[in-house]
Amino acid sequence: MSGNLKTTLKVYRGAEGEEPHYDQFDVPHEEGASVLDALVWVRENEDASLAFRYACVSANACKECMVLVDGKVNYACTARLSAGAVTVEPLANKTLIRDLVTDIVPPKERLGSAEEN
Amino acid sequence: MMRVSTDVFVVGAGGAGMYAAISAARAGADVILSDKSLISRGGATIMAQMTVASAVGHEEPDHWTHHLADTIEAGHGLCNEELSAILCEESVDRILEMDEWKVGWARVDGRMTQVHAPGHGLKRCVYVDYLNTGPAVARALRGEVAQRDGIRRASGLAVLEIVVQDGEAIGAVAVDVESGETVLVEAGAVVLAAGGLTKLYKRNSASINMGGESYAMALRAGAELIDMEFVQFFPIGHLAPRMVGMDPIMWDPFRYKVGGKLLNGEFEEFIHNYGATDGGTYTARRDLASYAIYKEVEEGRGSPHGGVWLSFEHIAEDVMKEKFGPMIKRLAKNGIDLQKQAVEVSPIAHYHMGGIRVNTEMETRVPGLFAAGEAVGGANGATRLSGNAIPEAFVFGERAGKFGAAYAKNRKRVSIDDQTASSVLSEPKAQLKKGAEPDGSATALMAELQELMWDKVGLFRTSEKLEQALERIREMQNDDLRNITIPDDEPFNQALLDWYELRAGLLCAESVTLAAINRKESRGAHQREDITDASPDLEINQTVELDGSDIITGWAEVPRISFALEEKQAAEI
Ligand SMILES: Cc1cc2nc3c(=O)[nH]c(=O)nc-3n(C[C@H](O)[C@H](O)[C@H](O)COP(=O)(O)OP(=O)(O)OC[C@H]3O[C@@H](n4cnc5c(N)ncnc54)[C@H](O)[C@@H]3O)c2cc1C
Ligand code: FES
Repeated sequence: MSGNLKTTLKVYRGAEGEEPHYDQFDVPHEEGASVLDALVWVRENEDASLAFRYACVSANACKECMVLVDGKVNYACTARLSAGAVTVEPLANKTLIRDLVTDIVPPKERLGSAEEN
Repeated sequence: MMRVSTDVFVVGAGGAGMYAAISAARAGADVILSDKSLISRGGATIMAQMTVASAVGHEEPDHWTHHLADTIEAGHGLCNEELSAILCEESVDRILEMDEWKVGWARVDGRMTQVHAPGHGLKRCVYVDYLNTGPAVARALRGEVAQRDGIRRASGLAVLEIVVQDGEAIGAVAVDVESGETVLVEAGAVVLAAGGLTKLYKRNSASINMGGESYAMALRAGAELIDMEFVQFFPIGHLAPRMVGMDPIMWDPFRYKVGGKLLNGEFEEFIHNYGATDGGTYTARRDLASYAIYKEVEEGRGSPHGGVWLSFEHIAEDVMKEKFGPMIKRLAKNGIDLQKQAVEVSPIAHYHMGGIRVNTEMETRVPGLFAAGEAVGGANGATRLSGNAIPEAFVFGERAGKFGAAYAKNRKRVSIDDQTASSVLSEPKAQLKKGAEPDGSATALMAELQELMWDKVGLFRTSEKLEQALERIREMQNDDLRNITIPDDEPFNQALLDWYELRAGLLCAESVTLAAINRKESRGAHQREDITDASPDLEINQTVELDGSDIITGWAEVPRISFALEEKQAAEI
């Protein structure tokens, strides 16, 4: 642990069709930590309702955790958390579901769409 | 509320679930394949990087009976030998079938390359380069699933409860994660393939979807579990520095290929103090390495993050480059230079030997309810050979799909009433304590449970620590779980899913802890500091079932078979 270093995490909040806003969280900053670590910390310690998608945590195998980190497309689990301030937003080119979750499910993997076919 | 109907409903789409879907469809059934995450991506399968054991006899002559003998030996007397035999024999068919499905097993001159992995008598383990076994397996199966008309895929469908009527499984209640809509699935047969429980330990190699929901759903449906005390820990999981894009169990091949040194917090070698010689090679047994690391940390000689150092600083740079070229690059991206620094490692929870009790057709004692993959208990006994879990997922998945389809064919579907669905969905509210304002969080409680399991129900157990854990787990069930705030009607309501996951996790934690208390001996992966010997009387399986909300444990004879070792043969190419 590198003492009391903090990162200010600015996170996009809101569901599709809602007026979005940003929440700020002061998260502990550990050397080498990922943006995903910070998001998980927020859910465990500050706000369990924050929505984001991920599965494999650090193997970078599932490829579910893509978001915008400071405006750039990146995997939350491989993007390093810099000290200072970091902004996390949902992918801009996908339909928003809520908070950082966008519609990345392939259409043929949706039960609803299959039913209509 | 959405209502769907199918012959076979598969819960979980890892290696086992995808194989089950394919084989059920092949048998003419229509199938819904669900995953709370995305198909093929949510669990252990896509994370596996190493090896797959199978007596295909490409590298050297082999026969599945020899694989069976090795599996039974590793199982320390507790393997359900009927299941182990099926696993070893049919692994060969499945590995060859996966080959036809273009998984891309590593080959030289047309023969699959097979490596020696600990516990196997010969070179038996196939793989996909470089450390790409899991992703390749996931891709090949995902492709096969997509090609079959009979399979409807449902990513983002979290299954909450199996519905049982008149003693038979008739479907499930699920929730569409993105929309929050309730989904009622009516099915001729249900296959539980939702993976293992290692996430319940603070240090683990798990994905976030491995919190034991398979086991909890099975228990609540009336099925039995078996061998729940046997959680496998991997001795040198990655601990620090924080590293991304790497499997936490990646150091194993590094250590045994070039010989990494294990050093304590004072940078001294210590393995020899525990009766092993390590002399630059990886010869210390896994359980002994785990014990030695655990003891060094307990006695205050750990590394800064509570593990020990693994150092390759003494190995020449060109040797490292030759053996691990691409990996060295990935490490460099993580700012790690093995020539200049040691990394911290620690035992981590890695695989669950225990699980749902099934017969050889993968059916539980609840008619219509089948299980497959890591969700199933018994085939690996008290410890698992490395490389046996992926074939287990394939083999048991294929069987569960096939027998599930046959069962569904002879059966009329039963409709599930709306009432059942709404009672499942209203559970978090119904359980709230009257009169008090809830202020707890399932997410935070899961983190606490992980710490508790790690500290008290982990690698080395004592009756005192186990009893303390049991007390807190029950308190969490009776109090904390009933004091949780959940936002209403949100899309992607993770907090709601976390409630069900916590409930499942607590039920599993209680099962593991109780079973560990009852097993008054040390055997395989169940090690007790207060009773260090194995007891001949306990060469017997332990069962767990639910009576109302009480867990009942019992003992059962180990299913044995007699078999002869057949002559080893080389495959003709
Ligand atoms: C890092 C790592 C490395 C490994 N390396 C190897 C190796 O080299 N060789 C080997 O043989 N074994 C290895 N194993 C073990 C092996 O990968 C697993 O035992 C095997 O893949 C399990 O397959 P499965 O299909 O049963 O479960 P999983 O692949 O875990 O799939 C279960 C699926 O169920 C889903 N699910 C969970 N709950 C629900 C629910 N409520 N509703 C709907 N879906 C749900 C999950 O999202 C997941 O996708 C490794 C495991 C890990 C974690
Ligand atoms: S969490 Fe799996 S790729 Fe990022």
